[in-house]
Amino acid sequence: MGYQIKEEKVFNSGHAACPGCSEALAIRYVVNTLGPDTIGVVPPSCIAIISGPQPLSSMRMPVYQTTLESSAASATGIARALKAKGNDHTKVVVMAGDGGTYDIGFQSLSSAAERNEDFIYVCLDNEGYMNTGAQKSSSTPHLAYTASTPAGKLTPKKNLAEIMVAHRIPYVATATTGYPDDLARKVAKAKEMKGLRFILVLAPCLDGWGLADNAGPKVSRLAVETGVFPLYEVENGERYTLNYGSKGTPVVQYLSLQKRYRHLSQAQVEELQAEANLNWQRLQGKLS
Amino acid sequence: MNERSSRILVNGNHAVAYGVKLAQAQVVPVYPITPQTPIVEKISEFQAAGEMVVELMTAESEHSAMSACITASLTGVRVFTATASQGLMLMHEMLHYASGARAPIVMFNVNRTIGSPWGFWPDQTDSLAQRDTGWIQYYCENGQESLDTVLQAYRVAEKVLLPAMVMHEAFYVSHALEGVEVPDQEVVDQYLPVFDPPHRLDPDIGESWGNTVGQEMFYRHRRDLGLAMESAIEVAEEADAEWRKLTGRSYGIVEQYRCEGAELVIATMGSMAGTARETVDNLRDAGLPVGLLKVKLFRPFPLAAVRRVLNGVPKVMVLDRNFAPGTGGFLHQELKAALYGLEQGPVVHGYLAGVGGTNVSPTVMADWVREAMATQPAAGPVWKG
Ligand SMILES: Cc1ncc(C[n+]2csc(CCOP(=O)(O)OP(=O)(O)O)c2C)c(N)n1
Ligand code: SF4
Ligand SMILES: [Mg+2]
Repeated sequence: MGYQIKEEKVFNSGHAACPGCSEALAIRYVVNTLGPDTIGVVPPSCIAIISGPQPLSSMRMPVYQTTLESSAASATGIARALKAKGNDHTKVVVMAGDGGTYDIGFQSLSSAAERNEDFIYVCLDNEGYMNTGAQKSSSTPHLAYTASTPAGKLTPKKNLAEIMVAHRIPYVATATTGYPDDLARKVAKAKEMKGLRFILVLAPCLDGWGLADNAGPKVSRLAVETGVFPLYEVENGERYTLNYGSKGTPVVQYLSLQKRYRHLSQAQVEELQAEANLNWQRLQGKLS
Repeated sequence: MNERSSRILVNGNHAVAYGVKLAQAQVVPVYPITPQTPIVEKISEFQAAGEMVVELMTAESEHSAMSACITASLTGVRVFTATASQGLMLMHEMLHYASGARAPIVMFNVNRTIGSPWGFWPDQTDSLAQRDTGWIQYYCENGQESLDTVLQAYRVAEKVLLPAMVMHEAFYVSHALEGVEVPDQEVVDQYLPVFDPPHRLDPDIGESWGNTVGQEMFYRHRRDLGLAMESAIEVAEEADAEWRKLTGRSYGIVEQYRCEGAELVIATMGSMAGTARETVDNLRDAGLPVGLLKVKLFRPFPLAAVRRVLNGVPKVMVLDRNFAPGTGGFLHQELKAALYGLEQGPVVHGYLAGVGGTNVSPTVMADWVREAMATQPAAGPVWKG
């Protein structure tokens, strides 16, 4: 898309993520795009570990670590207090995992979206509860192995992007770390808007997905090229724009890099291919 | 005093709302629950009428309301919320989080039975079950006291940097109409300094809160929280004395009523204190040397004050409108612990009285006093009407 990434150095090296972690990369583009006049909200998750243990911090901005289910409510408290103080320049950003967003934190997120609170919510989606040892969340995809779904998850991944679109908030976008310029552009766009802005970032997890240390970017790109995780944005619940979608790459190329899928039969691989095709078709129906 | 206040006829909950308005709370996250709702409805009315400039957040749950209270407070504004019963139960995790974050939130809780089964009745078990969450706790017996105590609570909470909850009971106080003195704004402005905490979430300062800490830091943090809680006794006494200077009204952290030469002292909290005062008067008229100890500040527990009042008193009859299965009444337990080792300490009857909101009349209470005077206390709690 030819977007020039502009970074202010808010995120620093020396944090505690696994070497090669995509979440750390995503956080870099989020906070370096937002800049230092930002207050972060982080629930328990790998992001909390990456933020740093007291008295250290990997980010040159205030970060409030909240409880697992409270991110959106905590961000609301900050946003309202800033408003009460007449501060209209400081940004508020949540950086939460999929468990803290799709599951236990969904109630407060949905409510904040309905009230159209003024903050940016970034969900770093690694498709499982990684901090507690890689159990399933409602973001875990169909048939993926996790510690709590040893035979593979029986139900599909919840489509959170569409659920957020249904709240008709100003901005919903999907992004992933294999497309850093697209991610940074979306954060920059969200930064200039008001109201609740939601960005869902697919962030491959080395440990939880069973990836080689250097496989994060490749898996991330394959998720898009196979049509498993298309990149798009939706404004005001209506205006869809596709940024990057399926190139017709077979889903098996995406699956075969991940140990969480190594138990799949040929028939199951075909089932996942059919599901990806269907989801891709459905999305295209919304684009026109 | 009169030219510096106005007298209005309101129920207990609306009296609380006037207190919040005078405190000029800036962010008020709310969630409805009977019998608290009239408090936040009144605040909404003040806002709609332009009498109060406030960010009202209609949360989807009390858990979220409390979560937002914490961060708004840490961002450096004065906050308020109100709840009762199930709402307070749902907040439990965030109550600990609030005191850990040293956020001086003031919350009003209207004491109501906790389900199951469902009930709407006055019973203090909801807030007493939160006694270990690191919140200052005050129990009030009428709307005037509730209004005054909300303002005192802000002064204390913001000085020691701990959250405070103020209680009165469902319906008996929350919905009872009474004449209430509402002080003028300038009186309150004189009493409550502007809230401007040096530590806050602010990019210009750059401080964070909540990150994982090691054992040593956790230990120090808990110890500091404990020291702040201890210091709240003196700060609360000072806040009450200062309020008396400005308005002529004061309550003490405990109230000692006609305890001179008492053979038995009734100890209780909240609306039961009103009934007990009447009972004491009746019994004194009948020649029985009886007094009352009303515990108003329950957290921090006013240990020294309680020991001072009850030293040399032969007998105490504790009336608890609350119940902790397996131990009994909360005040009963706490008083026994407070009196332990006192050389001339009393023996203590623990009566579970009015649990679930059952009515306790002065006549019935007088009968209990006579019975308690004539018998030795049981080791555990005794169920009364
Ligand atoms: C109320 C509550 N329940 C459980 C936990 C334990 N817990 C901490 S992190 C976590 C998983 C979070 O998963 P996710 O949001 O996907 O973040 P990730 O660890 O994958 O980065 C859980 C369950 C908690 N902190 N709070
Ligand atoms: S467990 Fe996964 S998400 Fe967490 S730090 Fe490691 S690679 Fe990143
Ligand atoms: Mg996760």
